[in-house]
Amino acid sequence: MVEFGGWEMPVEYSGITQEHLAVRQSAGLFDVSHMGEIEIRGPQALALLQRVTCNDASRLQTGQAQYSALMYPQGSAVDDCVVYRLGQDDYFLCVNAANTDKDFDWIVRHNAVGADVRNVSANYAQLAIQGPRAREILAKVTDADAGGLRNYWACRARCCGVEGLLARTGYTGEDGFEFYFPPEESERVWNGLLEAGKPLGLVPAGLGARNTLRLEAGFPLYGHELDEVTTVLEANLRWICKFEKGDFIGREALLEESRKGLRKKLVGLVMTDRGIARDGFPVLIGGEVAGRVTSGSPAPFLRKNIALAYVPPQSAEVGREVEVDVRGKKAPARVAPLPFYKRAKQEL
Amino acid sequence: MPYPQELLYTKEHEWIRVDEGIGTVGITDYAQKELGDIVYVELPKTSDHVTANEPFGTVESVKAVSEIYSPVTGDVTAVNSKLQNNPELLNADPHGEAWLVRVRLSDPRETEKLMTAEDYEAFIREVKQR
Repeated sequence: MVEFGGWEMPVEYSGITQEHLAVRQSAGLFDVSHMGEIEIRGPQALALLQRVTCNDASRLQTGQAQYSALMYPQGSAVDDCVVYRLGQDDYFLCVNAANTDKDFDWIVRHNAVGADVRNVSANYAQLAIQGPRAREILAKVTDADAGGLRNYWACRARCCGVEGLLARTGYTGEDGFEFYFPPEESERVWNGLLEAGKPLGLVPAGLGARNTLRLEAGFPLYGHELDEVTTVLEANLRWICKFEKGDFIGREALLEESRKGLRKKLVGLVMTDRGIARDGFPVLIGGEVAGRVTSGSPAPFLRKNIALAYVPPQSAEVGREVEVDVRGKKAPARVAPLPFYKRAKQEL
Repeated sequence: MPYPQELLYTKEHEWIRVDEGIGTVGITDYAQKELGDIVYVELPKTSDHVTANEPFGTVESVKAVSEIYSPVTGDVTAVNSKLQNNPELLNADPHGEAWLVRVRLSDPRETEKLMTAEDYEAFIREVKQR
């Protein structure tokens, strides 16, 4: 167990590689109760969300979710998050554990419109079931139409006899679900899902596999690819910046950066010889330090050593040869298309 | 896994077995468990010199990289070539088939400072309690 944002979290159960492969090939069960939850409600809820996040929450129908970011004026992210619309004036944010208090304070500070904002993290446990067989497993223990729930949609549901919010979301690059429910029912839901899923290959999976899975899928992790000095454009998150929705915190800075050009750009690297890039290792171009690795690891499914790194935009094209300084040794790498891994489309 | 009586152990979780002035060196079962799935091992070459308590190589798992410290001073006489292509052997058989290097000891008395299996087991219990 390691401490993570004040939570005791298992890094691995049966081993990162085995858990990672189970998620790609059958299914894995993650306890992600550490994630924070913030409610924004009332007639002014949408106005507040539109101000503090960069995506366009007005496009959300009831039951729909979107990936977004809480923004600083300089165009960097306070945090990245998933925004759920649960009702007419009822929004629910899932945020990073270590950022929950900072996020809540930031939202409250910018709540000039008087929306009702609550940090409800203590009211929710969260389990994520992820993998190609997640839908089949979940269907055994829920009254909801799990297969009929569209990607990035959520509904009230009963799972293993417990009422909660069921969302077709995840952080692994696979199909899957996340279930938010009262923490006192954690054991019941955890054991119920494991029991239902065991015959179909479901295994418990820890933070280690969660990290290697999201890295293969090219998803950013706050504190690595995202921080206070990196803009969301640099982090390849242009797709969640909806400039046409009107003003939001950070909009001006992002528009200016768009005009002037990015200072750095997030790329995927594949190591082409021996050597594993790790977080913080320098990226060398023409022998000079030109960037930095933000996440790096062996990729258990792809069986390559991969990394996410920031490099100058002029060196970001796919195929570009670079080097990573691996503890004083120069290890060759190549800029690779992102995501490293994309699941095959499956029929609903 | 019990720790073999015929091996001596370090606080950095290496083991050594000395036979007629040649020490066979590896990492312990505790070390491989802490590291998890091992994917890469970097070792010195035959005839390289290694120094007691100084790193001579690295073991890398999916989640972490760790330096390997030499229990003794001396010259490398053999390197386990199997590990280059099968680093996962270190998870499967750390005290046996997955030895790392053999070293001709410069000073056989250096091993007197190392831990016995019993000492090492007590040491691990203490580490786990921290």
